[in-house]
Amino acid sequence: MRNFTYAAATGIEDAFAADGADIMLIAGGTELLNWFRLGIASPGHAIDIGRLEGLNGIALHGDRLSIGALATLNEIGEHPLVKDRASALGEACLKAASAQIRNRATIGGNVLQKTRCAYFRSEAPLPWGCNKRVPGSGCAARDGLNERHAIFGWADSCVAVHPSDPLVALTALDAEVEIAGKNGRRVVPVTSFHLTQEEAATGVENPAETMLPETRLEPGEIILGYHLQVVPGQRSAYVKVRERASYEYALVSAAVSVTLEDGRIVRARVALGSVAQKPWRLSAVEARLVGVVPERDIVLPILREAMIEARPLRHNGYKITMAAGAAARAIVNAAMGDVA
Amino acid sequence: MSIGTARPRIEGTAKVTGAARYAADNYPDDMLFATTVGASVAHGRVAAIDLAAAMNAPGVVRVLTAGDMPALGKIAPPAAVLELPMQGDRIEWEGQPVALVLAETIEAAEEGASLVRVSIETRPAMVPGKGRLETPPDHFAKARETKGDVETGFHEADFSITNCYFQPSRHHNPMETSATVASWQGDHLTLWNAAQANLNAPVVLAAAFGIPKENIRSISPHTGGGFGCKGFVWPHELLAAAAAKIMNRPVRLQLTRAQQYSQVGHQPECRQTMTLGAKADGTLTAIRHEAINTTSASGLHFEAPGMASRGYYACENIEIEHQVEHIHTTQPTPMRAPVEGPGSWALESAMDEMAIALGIDPLDFRLKNYAETEPVDGKPWSSKKLREAYIEAAGVYGWRTRAERPRQDGVYAIGHGMGTAGMFCARFPGAARVRIQRDGGVIIEASANDIGTGNQTVYTLVAADTLGISPDRIGVRWGDTRYVATGPVYGSSHTMGTGSAVRVAVQEARRKLQLYGAKADGPLDLAELMRRANVEEIVGDGAWAMPDGAPASMNGNGTPYAMQTFGVTMVEIGVDRDLGVIRLRRAVARYSAGRIINPLTARSQMIGGIIWEWGKATMEASPIEPGHGRFLAKNLSNVAVPVNADIPSAIDVGFVDEFDEHASPIGARGIGELGSTGVAAAIANAVYDAVGIRVREVPILPAHIIDGLG
Repeated sequence: MRNFTYAAATGIEDAFAADGADIMLIAGGTELLNWFRLGIASPGHAIDIGRLEGLNGIALHGDRLSIGALATLNEIGEHPLVKDRASALGEACLKAASAQIRNRATIGGNVLQKTRCAYFRSEAPLPWGCNKRVPGSGCAARDGLNERHAIFGWADSCVAVHPSDPLVALTALDAEVEIAGKNGRRVVPVTSFHLTQEEAATGVENPAETMLPETRLEPGEIILGYHLQVVPGQRSAYVKVRERASYEYALVSAAVSVTLEDGRIVRARVALGSVAQKPWRLSAVEARLVGVVPERDIVLPILREAMIEARPLRHNGYKITMAAGAAARAIVNAAMGDVA
Repeated sequence: MSIGTARPRIEGTAKVTGAARYAADNYPDDMLFATTVGASVAHGRVAAIDLAAAMNAPGVVRVLTAGDMPALGKIAPPAAVLELPMQGDRIEWEGQPVALVLAETIEAAEEGASLVRVSIETRPAMVPGKGRLETPPDHFAKARETKGDVETGFHEADFSITNCYFQPSRHHNPMETSATVASWQGDHLTLWNAAQANLNAPVVLAAAFGIPKENIRSISPHTGGGFGCKGFVWPHELLAAAAAKIMNRPVRLQLTRAQQYSQVGHQPECRQTMTLGAKADGTLTAIRHEAINTTSASGLHFEAPGMASRGYYACENIEIEHQVEHIHTTQPTPMRAPVEGPGSWALESAMDEMAIALGIDPLDFRLKNYAETEPVDGKPWSSKKLREAYIEAAGVYGWRTRAERPRQDGVYAIGHGMGTAGMFCARFPGAARVRIQRDGGVIIEASANDIGTGNQTVYTLVAADTLGISPDRIGVRWGDTRYVATGPVYGSSHTMGTGSAVRVAVQEARRKLQLYGAKADGPLDLAELMRRANVEEIVGDGAWAMPDGAPASMNGNGTPYAMQTFGVTMVEIGVDRDLGVIRLRRAVARYSAGRIINPLTARSQMIGGIIWEWGKATMEASPIEPGHGRFLAKNLSNVAVPVNADIPSAIDVGFVDEFDEHASPIGARGIGELGSTGVAAAIANAVYDAVGIRVREVPILPAHIIDGLG
């Protein structure tokens, strides 16, 4: 592990110096130090934004729920406003990591964590190809032990999935990401903030030899927070499937928000986690769910049919059925839950 | 009577306050930090090593490679790996040390290691399923064993079933990674070593360095878990001592978590084929148990799962055949529970399948084939109260009324399963010394380490019991080869061995006290007796030997008796059909393991064993990446073991009241690994009961359920 300098930012502008390579931002530190240890990153400088004031608020402004990037997962998960208006997000935060990590980990950093692919997370020097570690070295997971990998949006150059729980909930809740940089502030829908491998490769001349971006965040930009439109009558839920009951990444997850009238769905948002390098919205299903009674036996066939577009790898075909089951469970749970 | 009273472990406060010092917590003056550079491939030859960049790293003092190593003497077991480390250019497993970086700080050592450039001529690696099969030489288990004629048995059977059962390679993952701090004083060596058997490293290092083993002192009172991987002597222990000798400075070498995966052992992959024949009334007519375990390219680790079929059930015709498959991997080593651990996974699954085929309750099927004597030799058991364990567990669990319980609870389909537990009985000689002080206080000394099982508290209870005094008056000195040399803390053997030696030592001291009026039995007033004796201390030495002075006695070898431990585990699980998730709801286990010395720590061990097996059954695996011949993940982020949330409070364990006078003078047999037998099968059997899917591969993952239900 290379020595690095450490400096605490005194204002947001200090963070703009981070190029994501030699200068990196640190907030909770629960992920960045892993990168350093494994050789995934070896910057010369770390700027600590974790102590910046005013970036950890959770507040309702009219019908918009705003969450600052430095709010910790436990702060969000336990917050009454989140529980009342965006329960899927609260559940997702509390199902992430362990209590100790949730006390440190921030929602800004959480969505920027990297894949948990075992090939990627191996200690340096890497014994196998991983284009995310060494562009052009290949993807050992593509034809390797890929039980936990993508069924949507992958490319031969990378089959990793994004591991974040809150990100899946934010996607189902139509959140926006507020970003700041030298050129000012901008807002991006969370659905287009992350990129699948296919999306990232689009327009790139030699994608297999290139370190492809995973988000639309530019060097020098930081996430300030998230804004969620609270839809009246909306209920939401998050279902996380994992062999271990806690402190484990999802095999598959599903976040759902639904609005009901007379016991039938009038509006639905469905996002799947750990099936692609970004939360996978089932947009076509969302339309098909309108008018449907939110019961397992009714929604499950609709969801299973929607999974026909999945492209499983050799060892992860089970994710197709599991994802439909998780989404169905989330719909049932959401429908039984409290109204926002 | 102190034996049988629950007593908190005497070192508990030191551990929870952080006062307990582990091997790598020792920093002798002028010490260098070492870290290894491992081979990046599983098979090949080191062509060149470029040290220039590493040597330029600030803080790096020296980088050792094979050419720098002293010529070392031939080593033998208890060395885990018989090839000496860094003595040539041959690479036979990924992670095999090829260089050792020595630096003034651990950070500098690790940075230096990352800068060492190793050029390797890579050769194709043998991986599981594509390795070289060999019939291993016998150890306490035989590679092949036959009783009767299984073909006759199958011919007599009304039902026969054959199935294959798989378990992956797994790692011990103790909290403390292995570590050795080595310091030479002339031709004397001091080690602070993370070990399960303090005496093993001196034996191997003495051979390697050509010095008497008495010249080596090994200090390690606290070992942060072992589960088998700190039993034998691994290359890093030799490397630390060699580096300290070369540098003439103390050297500290602690493996990182990743290094722990490839520089000490693991439980090998086991592939087993079980064939059972039974009559319609449930009588087993034949058991054929074939097992293959992976092992390293040039070493032999013979797991012997077929021993389960030798000891669990009465059967006229038994055939056991073991093979090992050489692959390019680290040498495997025993891991809680070896032998019957893998063996019971296959046998107890097959027994359930046969019970279902016969339409007989799985418990009745086992009772029908209850082994009243050792199934192959016919020797009488030293003591066996498995029938009582079955009956008590069934009553507590409600086994006979399980069909009356709801089959569904919310999203969970409920399943019940059982598995017989059984473990070999390893007995090692023990020795201990007791010192009765002028003030009536008592000190017990023995060289053994504590790996978290609480042996010092066992000594305390045995001594208090033998003297009829309060355990509060007893102190223990342990974990240092300066104390009287005693047996290892592995193989579920230590309470029997050293516990018995404590009994003998204290009895000797008690006899000496008879000069001053001590009664032969009953409570003693030691302060009064010592006042009469008017000496500084009275010492009793005790040793407990095996028949014919053997270094070990397995399963009663050398005695008229067969010895094993027994038990049963019953589990209730829930299976979520839509998500494939399996959750443990409750477990009941009862054991026949001889007398229990400390019920508190015994209970902890058995609960721990069940949790350990929950991991094996539902989440844990260290697969070898087939294209690269190395473990896919060398960290706990991608190797799941159970967490608290997986474990219900309803784990009810207990022991049948028993005193095994043949196994040991204190009436004990062993318990440590018994709790990790039969449980994985019980869980698989419960999964079948819940959703009708028979999974013959552990871990049983959500994918198995999802794919099985379609």
